[in-house]
Amino acid sequence: MTGERNGGDRDPVLDVRDVSKSYGAIRALDGVSLRVDNGEMVALLGPNGAGKTTLFQLLSGLFVADAGSILIEGHDIRHNAVPALAAIGIVFQQPTLDLDMTIAGNLRFHARLHGLGRRLARQRIDEELARVGLTERRADAARQLSGGNRRRIELARALLPRPRLLLMDEPTVGLDPASRADLLDHILRLRADRHLGVLWATHLVDEAERADRVVILDRGRVLRSGTPAALVEGSATATLSDAFLRLTATGATPA
Amino acid sequence: MTPSHALAALGAMTGREVVRFVQQRGRLISALVRPLLWLIVVAAGFQNVFGISIIPPYQTYTPYQEYVLPGLTGMVLLFHGMQSSLSMVYDREMGMMRLLLTAPLPRWFLLLAKLMAGTLLSVAQVYAFLAAGYLLGVGFPPGGYLLALPAVFVSGLMLGALGLLLSVYIRQLENFAGTMNFVIFPMFFISSALYPLWRLRESAAEAIYWLALTNPFSHAVELVRFAAYGQFNPISAGVTAGCGLAFFLVAVVGYDPQRGLIRRKGGG
Repeated sequence: MTGERNGGDRDPVLDVRDVSKSYGAIRALDGVSLRVDNGEMVALLGPNGAGKTTLFQLLSGLFVADAGSILIEGHDIRHNAVPALAAIGIVFQQPTLDLDMTIAGNLRFHARLHGLGRRLARQRIDEELARVGLTERRADAARQLSGGNRRRIELARALLPRPRLLLMDEPTVGLDPASRADLLDHILRLRADRHLGVLWATHLVDEAERADRVVILDRGRVLRSGTPAALVEGSATATLSDAFLRLTATGATPA
Repeated sequence: MTPSHALAALGAMTGREVVRFVQQRGRLISALVRPLLWLIVVAAGFQNVFGISIIPPYQTYTPYQEYVLPGLTGMVLLFHGMQSSLSMVYDREMGMMRLLLTAPLPRWFLLLAKLMAGTLLSVAQVYAFLAAGYLLGVGFPPGGYLLALPAVFVSGLMLGALGLLLSVYIRQLENFAGTMNFVIFPMFFISSALYPLWRLRESAAEAIYWLALTNPFSHAVELVRFAAYGQFNPISAGVTAGCGLAFFLVAVVGYDPQRGLIRRKGGG
């Protein structure tokens, strides 16, 4: 299931095994397994309501799975939440900047919350702001930023504690095409430069096409996973988009 | 969690509360105007209606304005405690809560830090109010301000913990008006904040007397009242601290992901 890796020095930074979660009678996740290796970007591709957000809530420790285990850098999020959380950076689907605080203030708050010393925090904030090209706006209120720039700041913020795993829950929702492409390029560079594992949830096939691997989630179950090319090949279609549509429309069973 | 990390997080959360408070200047003004109105208008009007007989901790005849001062201190703490819960609900709706709860710190500590940050702010408001009262000629005995500080702090923690607990169950911001009606007003009016409890008994309002006697807010007010006059009220101290601890623990359970009382819709 998790094959097609390039080998080398890769270790799983995220290892999800057989996770299930129900809300009342609704089975939001049903035996989901997936893994993300160091320096690998995995796209979690699924239509709306597939269970992507539920999975992210479990990965970030906001809720606990009914069954199965989630290991982040070897730490079980259920029993060992603090070191597991220390290893992840999260960009939530919903905007989570304090709009009344300045950009630097938002970043400082996060750095302190993650226990970074003042000097280190200042240094990293400078670095991350420079990386996203927003250094000169540091004293502006977050409210004054455009949607695309708010997302960049949220990304910069998530990277401050130098996480090993970056979780991005439909991060391009509400962004214009240029900002979307920009964000995706940025992430692809990051995962290479920093050996960062990235799990990127999306319902957009063109985003998933650029990932190292794709995990197709539908109705709470993993239907297929593999490189974009392998998925196209395995489904006897011409493009990933066709493969995705065919799988999710027919309600295919997990491979 | 190292001590320096814990302190950094506590500092950041307190700093954020302070910045938000200062930015919303209306909050500071209303936090001061509300009790001052009571002190100036209502208490002055009742001055001659209510005679306060000599009951502990008072050793002499007490003007009504002086009697009501600890009660209004409690009012500042009560409103601020509820306002903190409002800000928790706001943070939840705005997604900031997720950011807090995914910080690499134990959840109970994050909630405690939030509670401490809010309480420090409410203690500061109490002293701003007391300073204004002093300028108006209504005050505690000398030294009472310092002696009352631990009592104000413990009472603030208890009422803040109550706010934290309510924030588990309040789903949306709109429900805050309900909190006003069903929590703040009954707690304030059915208490010893505005009149000594024996007056209720005298009026043959036995049921209300007992309600007021079991109201933790009464004990918070009495704890402050006794402390301001250099006396320690062990029963009030026990009730206030005990209720505070109980409210906090139930709130921690409410925010526990295993139990998941913060439902999916709330966004946790």
